[in-house]
Amino acid sequence: MKPAMDDRGKRLGMWLFLYTEVMLFGGLFVLYAVYFSMYASDFMAGGKELDRFFGTVNTVILLVSSLAVAASITAVQRNEKRASVVWLTAAILCGALFLINKYFEWSHKIHEGIYPGSDDLIYGEPGRNIFFGLYYIITGLHGIHIVIGMALLGVALLFTIKGRITGDNHVFLENAGLYWHLVDLFWIFIFPLFYLVL
Amino acid sequence: MHRVSYGTLSAVLGVLLVLTGLTVAVSYVDLGAFNVWLALGIASTKASLVLLFFMHIRDEGRLVVLSFLGTVLFLAIMIAFTFCDVAFRGHIGI
Repeated sequence: MKPAMDDRGKRLGMWLFLYTEVMLFGGLFVLYAVYFSMYASDFMAGGKELDRFFGTVNTVILLVSSLAVAASITAVQRNEKRASVVWLTAAILCGALFLINKYFEWSHKIHEGIYPGSDDLIYGEPGRNIFFGLYYIITGLHGIHIVIGMALLGVALLFTIKGRITGDNHVFLENAGLYWHLVDLFWIFIFPLFYLVL
Repeated sequence: MHRVSYGTLSAVLGVLLVLTGLTVAVSYVDLGAFNVWLALGIASTKASLVLLFFMHIRDEGRLVVLSFLGTVLFLAIMIAFTFCDVAFRGHIGI
């Protein structure tokens, strides 16, 4: 007997979870908006201290990784297992590249004495302290999401190789993809808010 | 489920990259308060493209589309109500 399949229901469950994630990051964006309205000039000065080049490169990396995940779904629907495996591997590598960039970015800032609780921030302008506090919290939470997304894509990759994800049954890959795209969506907003404040 | 061709996916990535370049470019031009709105407008356009072509939100049907828009609406309510408080603190002489 064929077990009952409810792919639509499984995706709906994933979407419902994504809504809670939207509210999680949304709350932090509200915090950003309120303090931006109070300390606009400090936020603009803080934004100029972040490396636009790193930010732009990471944006491109995440956009390419989203394409790779979407393409891996198209490939598996066409029963092109090899292509799907290659796309998924590329997406995971993009995630790793993103984290490596983030590591260099953070360690550079920490080296300059800019980290939560550092003397530079505590005894400096309050707006500057809040800007970098939000920077570490929001990009840090986003980084954790990248790690979780990479783990989910890794499981999807394993399932694809083992033949558990196929053209007829690939809802796990779709849900992992939805999560990954949402993490990309958050970065699309984080990038201009932190790196491009004029 | 509906398949999206590699061609469409690549075209969408192309548009997303162009929009990324655009948002970086306009951040060097001083437009005053309009800068923030322009950056958010471009980001929202990019987000819509990801939702439509990478996340296939239209294939999920009305339930997901409407509940997603509902989530965005509630986020907007959260922002609006917060600013009703914060933006007017100290303005009323009580």
